Amino acid sequence: MSLKEKLVSSFLAFELDTDTNSKVHEIRSKSIKDFEKIGFPHSKDEYWKYTPIKKVLNEELTIFKKKRHLLEFDKVKDFFLGGIESYKLVFIDGMYDPLWSSTTHEGADICILSSVLENKKYSNVISKYYNKLINEKESFSLLNSSFTKEGAFIHVPKNVELEKPVEIVHINSGGESSLMLQPRSLVILEKNSKAQIIESHYSLSVNEKIHSDKPSTYVDPLTNTVTEIHVNENAKLDYYKIQNDLETTSIIDSTYIDQKSNSEASCHTFSFGGNLVRNNLNFFQNGKNINSILKGITIIGSDQHIDHHTLVHHSNPNCESHQDYKGIYNDKSTGVFNGRVLVEKVAQKINAFQQNNNLIIGDNATVNSKPQLEIFADDVKCSHGCTIGQIDENALFYLKTRGINDNDAKGLLTYAFANNVLENVGMQVLKTKIKEIIARKIGINIGLEL
Amino acid sequence: MLKIENLHVSIEGKKILKGLSLDVKPGEIHAIMGPNGSGKSTLSSVIAGNEDYEVVKGNIFYNGENIEDLSADERANRGIFMSFQYPVAIPGITVTNFIKTAINSNLKARGEKEMPAGEMLKKIREKSKLLEIDSKFLSRSLNEGFSGGEKKRNEIFQMAMLEPNLAILDETDSGLDIDALKVVANGVNKLKNDDNAIVIITHYQRLLDYIKPDFVHVLQEGTISKSGDKSLALELEEKGYDWI
Repeated sequence: MSLKEKLVSSFLAFELDTDTNSKVHEIRSKSIKDFEKIGFPHSKDEYWKYTPIKKVLNEELTIFKKKRHLLEFDKVKDFFLGGIESYKLVFIDGMYDPLWSSTTHEGADICILSSVLENKKYSNVISKYYNKLINEKESFSLLNSSFTKEGAFIHVPKNVELEKPVEIVHINSGGESSLMLQPRSLVILEKNSKAQIIESHYSLSVNEKIHSDKPSTYVDPLTNTVTEIHVNENAKLDYYKIQNDLETTSIIDSTYIDQKSNSEASCHTFSFGGNLVRNNLNFFQNGKNINSILKGITIIGSDQHIDHHTLVHHSNPNCESHQDYKGIYNDKSTGVFNGRVLVEKVAQKINAFQQNNNLIIGDNATVNSKPQLEIFADDVKCSHGCTIGQIDENALFYLKTRGINDNDAKGLLTYAFANNVLENVGMQVLKTKIKEIIARKIGINIGLEL
Repeated sequence: MLKIENLHVSIEGKKILKGLSLDVKPGEIHAIMGPNGSGKSTLSSVIAGNEDYEVVKGNIFYNGENIEDLSADERANRGIFMSFQYPVAIPGITVTNFIKTAINSNLKARGEKEMPAGEMLKKIREKSKLLEIDSKFLSRSLNEGFSGGEKKRNEIFQMAMLEPNLAILDETDSGLDIDALKVVANGVNKLKNDDNAIVIITHYQRLLDYIKPDFVHVLQEGTISKSGDKSLALELEEKGYDWI
């Protein structure tokens, strides 16, 4: 049986555990039917041309987990920001873990999706915001909508500014083979509200003690996550994604952000590891004077693959978007940047900026960079730039004349190249953490004040 | 300290320096003047260790050691410094982080301990004051968006921090207004002592009004055509290079 057939037939068993009379279930049923029609994408699809998705679609994958795994604090503590108070939503193998989480319903709802999805108290919010932004021609989003059960739910009411950031932490325990996880999150910022959210994905290596199968037959998990975000009038959201996973686990991340007038939303994607990582980041501007910020740093090696597909849909005048993605590729790693900017005819006087710079360090690394600008308005400012290259020899010489050896100088320049994207990160602890990861990834240890 | 003997240098097969000799002793300031294209910048690049240039013939001795096979960083570790005509901008690294890294890299290469943070800070304060650099400037990205004057001031600030034995100042006066020129010259003069040496490479004699050289050499068509004292620079300013 193919993975597609297996997943479609899994739906019947999955359904038994849900309220089949709910609105949400109608969405699930429709989504699985649509998924069945279109199936998984193929390398012949333009949208998936450079990402060999087939290699992670293992027939062993299953949405059903066998048992629940708990983790000790010392296993999970490094996955938190630390040094700062925060709300926490922790999921282990896709299942909510209340032990290490810290939720609230006071002032704002920061809790889990399963507690609101079919809860009457939240039916208005769910019917207004749930599953409204999804691309219904996209296989993985449809698959996620079919099996939606758990994930983060964040609802910040009007005029509320969250005083603490929210950390959403997904951990694979390494205790179970072949898991296909379908986390689903819904984030709503009402008018004039403000929030900072950090979403991270980590995996522990195969844990032989709790792993019931033989390690040799262990199939690494595949996470297919979908996040819908609504940023209403005058609201401000800073969203950070940290993908610093084992070299064996894979993530497909689809994020949809809808913005209303005078709102500002930023999304930083830090991709530091994974077997195959695909980010589909979509911004929809539905109002005036909107600012959308998309930033990314990718640092990978060995034969890892990371793909950033971005879309900024300018459908209103006087808005801005800024994209800045940097990639550092070592060994045989491969990267993709596909930045689509769609400017509708009515979207006059917009300013869309897009930059993608890549540093190739490995002799066999590959980058495919594709700016895709579709402009139907005639009075707009759209710029894009893309570079793929090596370390600048002039800069290297300059550093060496100051007594810094070749290896350190290259490290410093690589660090500087990536570091530059971090200037908009307002949260100091996060900035430091990311800088530390970057320094470690690049292998520099020359006493920099991070 | 620096002894150059019959130096011939090419870049991409093109001969630039054709038999240049120079002898710089501790405590001396030498000025090398010459028209555009005479090989001034090539000379500074070769001393600093730029591998794009090929030494075809001749030797460069620094403190008695032939430095031809030393890389740029090894030369810097031994106390050679070059102030760039066009310093490279490096977004993402602050001036402070850069200079700290440079100082500690040199100490490490010499087998010494890293400089303690407190001492470093004190030195940065002291030297930035000397060059009238404010603290905001120090936390900016290296040379990024710096004016011509800021870049040159930053070069001399690095020189002050690194305290080299031999400093090559390549066209340090270009792009400076008169006030910045005075600050930079004053900085250089304060750093000068009986044990170190400075080679100033310049097109105009303007800088030499503020930093008084012991020797002036004229570089023409890849070789030194005339040497003299400070008065030679004034003569060149008046008559140009053609009269030699």
